[in-house]
Amino acid sequence: MHARVLIRPKAGILDPQGEAVQRALPALGFEGVANVHIGRLVELDVEDVSQLEPMCEKLLANPLVEDYEIVLADS
Amino acid sequence: MKFGVLRFPGSCDEVDALYAARRVGDAELLWHGERDLRGVDAIVVPGGFSYGDYLRAGAIARFSPAMESVIAFAQDGGVVLGICNGFQVLCEARLLPGALLPNANLRFTFRQVDLDIVEPNTAFTCACGSEGVGGNGSAMRLSIPAKHSWGRYYADEPTLASMQEHGQVVLRYAPGENFNGSLDDIAGVRNEQGNVFGLMPHPEHAVDELTGSTDGLCIFASMRMAVEGARV
Repeated sequence: MHARVLIRPKAGILDPQGEAVQRALPALGFEGVANVHIGRLVELDVEDVSQLEPMCEKLLANPLVEDYEIVLADS
Repeated sequence: MKFGVLRFPGSCDEVDALYAARRVGDAELLWHGERDLRGVDAIVVPGGFSYGDYLRAGAIARFSPAMESVIAFAQDGGVVLGICNGFQVLCEARLLPGALLPNANLRFTFRQVDLDIVEPNTAFTCACGSEGVGGNGSAMRLSIPAKHSWGRYYADEPTLASMQEHGQVVLRYAPGENFNGSLDDIAGVRNEQGNVFGLMPHPEHAVDELTGSTDGLCIFASMRMAVEGARV
């Protein structure tokens, strides 16, 4: 099974990368942009889908500061 | 009294840490792939870019064979210091509360910083401010270098409240010195038991007048006092 894990900073934690991009977009003429956040994408093939969540908790994300979302390719 | 200094692929400050430790005791390097801690009395997890900082700083080093032994050593009351990347590794290992995030200025920053000692009676600061070996003679303020791009300390509110209640905030950036955006100016924290400590600035780079400050030496001297006090 192909899976994508989307990892992003938890809400409320300062995201300076997101802020920098949000400031840059209007300078390029793109107006009306808000809530820009920068995260990471992990793509992987797994035999046992039930292992994805423990993988995220243990290694792929740091649950203290990051939220993660598991997206299965066939769903 | 012997220090063990871990060496990971991508470490770069382990030799300075080794030499700093040797100013107050014996010290040897411990390879990340070895579980045997060779009977050392205290551990230093050094700065650098362990495992290339892949995924997140410290995230992969935290699972190395040597770190498995360090976690057991710490849980058994052993004295453990994490510097910069070592601090990140100890947070990832959950030996210390909170996490390190990218600097608020999004830049790698290298500068001398002033740190206020909030907790002077810890296993990592008890020799600071004294005239003894490694003591800096007076002030409860240390001047040591910091160099990192991923040093913004963060802990959620309940964690921070618990840390303050238990005296776990050991060092703060002095007023105007918090260049990385750390929460509450926090520069160094210890665990609730008090035997594990991490900080982003580099005491091992401030142990000789040649480089402008010897204030970092008291961190290592404190560890020696703590270990030898525990042994008596």
